[in-house]
Amino acid sequence: MNLLEVRGLTTAFMTGRGEVNAIEEVSFSLKEGEILGIVGESGSGKSVTALTVMGLLPQPPARVAAGEVVFNGQNLTRMSDRDMQRIRGPGISMIFQEPMTSLNPVFSIGDQIMETIAAHERLSQADLRKRAIDMLDKVGIPSASKRLDDYPHQMSGGQRQRVMIAMALACNPKLLIADEPTTALDVTIQAQILDLLMDLRDEFGMAIMIITHNMGVIAETADRVLVMYAGRVIEEAPVAQVFDRPLHPYTRGLLECVPSLTEDKPRLVAIPGTLPEPARRPPGCRFAPRCSHALPACSEAIPGLELLEPAHTVACFRAQELAPA
Amino acid sequence: MARVAFRRLLSAIPVLLIVSLISFGLMRLIPGDPAAAIAGVSATPAQIEQLRRDLGLDQPIYMQLLDYYQGLARGDLGRSLLLGKGVFAATMERLPVTIGLSLYALVFTLLIGIASGIVAALRQNSWIDQAAMMFAMIGISVPNFFLGLLMIILFAVHLGWLPSGGYVAFSQDPAGWLASTTMPAFSLALLQAGLLARITRSSMLEVLRQDYIRTARAKGLPQRKVVLKHALSNALIPIVTVVGIIVSLLLSGAVVTEALFSLPGMGQLLTQAVLSRDYPMVQGGLLLVTTFLVLVNITVDTLYAVLDPRVRYE
Ligand SMILES: Nc1ncnc2c1ncn2[C@@H]1O[C@H](COP(=O)(O)OP(=O)(O)O)[C@@H](O)[C@H]1O
Ligand code: SF4
Ligand SMILES: [Mg+2]
Repeated sequence: MNLLEVRGLTTAFMTGRGEVNAIEEVSFSLKEGEILGIVGESGSGKSVTALTVMGLLPQPPARVAAGEVVFNGQNLTRMSDRDMQRIRGPGISMIFQEPMTSLNPVFSIGDQIMETIAAHERLSQADLRKRAIDMLDKVGIPSASKRLDDYPHQMSGGQRQRVMIAMALACNPKLLIADEPTTALDVTIQAQILDLLMDLRDEFGMAIMIITHNMGVIAETADRVLVMYAGRVIEEAPVAQVFDRPLHPYTRGLLECVPSLTEDKPRLVAIPGTLPEPARRPPGCRFAPRCSHALPACSEAIPGLELLEPAHTVACFRAQELAPA
Repeated sequence: MARVAFRRLLSAIPVLLIVSLISFGLMRLIPGDPAAAIAGVSATPAQIEQLRRDLGLDQPIYMQLLDYYQGLARGDLGRSLLLGKGVFAATMERLPVTIGLSLYALVFTLLIGIASGIVAALRQNSWIDQAAMMFAMIGISVPNFFLGLLMIILFAVHLGWLPSGGYVAFSQDPAGWLASTTMPAFSLALLQAGLLARITRSSMLEVLRQDYIRTARAKGLPQRKVVLKHALSNALIPIVTVVGIIVSLLLSGAVVTEALFSLPGMGQLLTQAVLSRDYPMVQGGLLLVTTFLVLVNITVDTLYAVLDPRVRYE
């Protein structure tokens, strides 16, 4: 059984100009201990996918218009918020892109880690403290017992992200969702945080869903990768295969502008044009206006995901004929 | 935190000096002769002249000012010209009435204002939100003496539940004190409660959008914890800064409310003192009220540091 099954997930937002689908028919699965990368430009629907899985989107304006999320055999999309609270933490936990604002400024980091554990386990104050110190130790905060009473503003961005990781792993979750965990950090710190995540995966054995717009991060971490464009999954395959034989024209474009993890240069724009907003998506293949291989037929229907090679699916009408020999 | 309080205490000294100077100057700018006012209409010019000398009012202004500050330096606020007793003693008879009324009104303000602000923010745009904001608008626009009158008519005259006036000291009879101050405190509080409800609502809405609220939810905390711990503790920071202002407004509003409910507070005392040109009483009374307000604001600033570690560690 898969740990996580997302099937045909469509999440809509009520906006001033009516309801729009932020993500459409998103399907994927994750096995225990597996690392799945989700990659795509900013605005492609990665965060909405993650937040829908977590049940963290404010409803309204958000609404799960179709599909379901099944975690550990339980259907999360139908779950009450009270039951969902028991999943968040020990089941699925999440870290975010913005370490500077993701911690509450008025409580000490120790308090924030301890309350997470206390929400799910009955432990004495002393044991909570011990666990919190232990977690800070594990994420590489030096002299953890002294830092426990520090406030977020006394820490750097990298340290705060370590605290977020400590908090997310404090209840030993089966799945960790990391939404652009290094995007807001300095390049050198980025590599450290990714290394830390990999080490902790080995130690805790949780599955990870790592979200990024950076193919370099995928190469460093993921087992399998999901490429998203304009709210849809357009390609899915084991990482080596995607780097080796990308089948979707968009994925090929992404790979041509992989930024180096150790350089802080802005990304080269290899794909002309910009990602359309949900309300302005073209009919048919969403990528057609930017695709150098587009044919008139591409704008007539939306290409579905098809298994083209073992474990490698892609949503492009011309994938077969354009595939490298 | 002690440093914050100490810094604020130091900065209170010039405030009190300026207030004492202004009240000294203002009283002497108002036309009218205290000696004549005290001596009464039947007094002869010679008697009035004698009285003026006795009161030291024949001295040049700067001598009177010097005299006043020398007194202050000794902790002596002087004697009331009219009441024939010490200014401090006269104030201490009345100030507790006003402070008691204002603090009771503050309790109403905080309870009503903060609770309805939170509920409105959590149910943004629902009918609950709209009803709460409509009541806040009513509270803000209805003058509190008018509300007081309505309450007297309803609860005192028609229902006979509460007395329409009169005052019972808390130390004598706490239940009697509650009976005599509940209507005045409520009518005094409603305006500030309306303002506070709106401030709380917008402060909560702002905080509920923050990333750390999403984090709190992502950790699986119950809704109650997310709202009352994570959101409220941050939303209270801007609210605390207006509490000092609210107390000042309640104190000045208390003057009108005291008159309406015939409560023997500072309002009555100072109005009388101004009308009869009782210089020392006005000066001393204002200085003591100001001192109280300054202390309230120092407490508020210190509380601010308690709530916000970023201020505490700066
Ligand atoms: N609260 C919201 N209301 C309306 N539209 C939203 C909201 N949140 C996200 N969207 C839309 O959903 C799309 C996907 O956003 P997101 O998942 O944040 O992208 P990504 O994480 O890949 O950068 C965007 O086009 C965005 O405009
Ligand atoms: S379906 Fe057509 S437009 Fe879309 S990616 Fe494939 S070739 Fe390009
Ligand atoms: Mg995002």
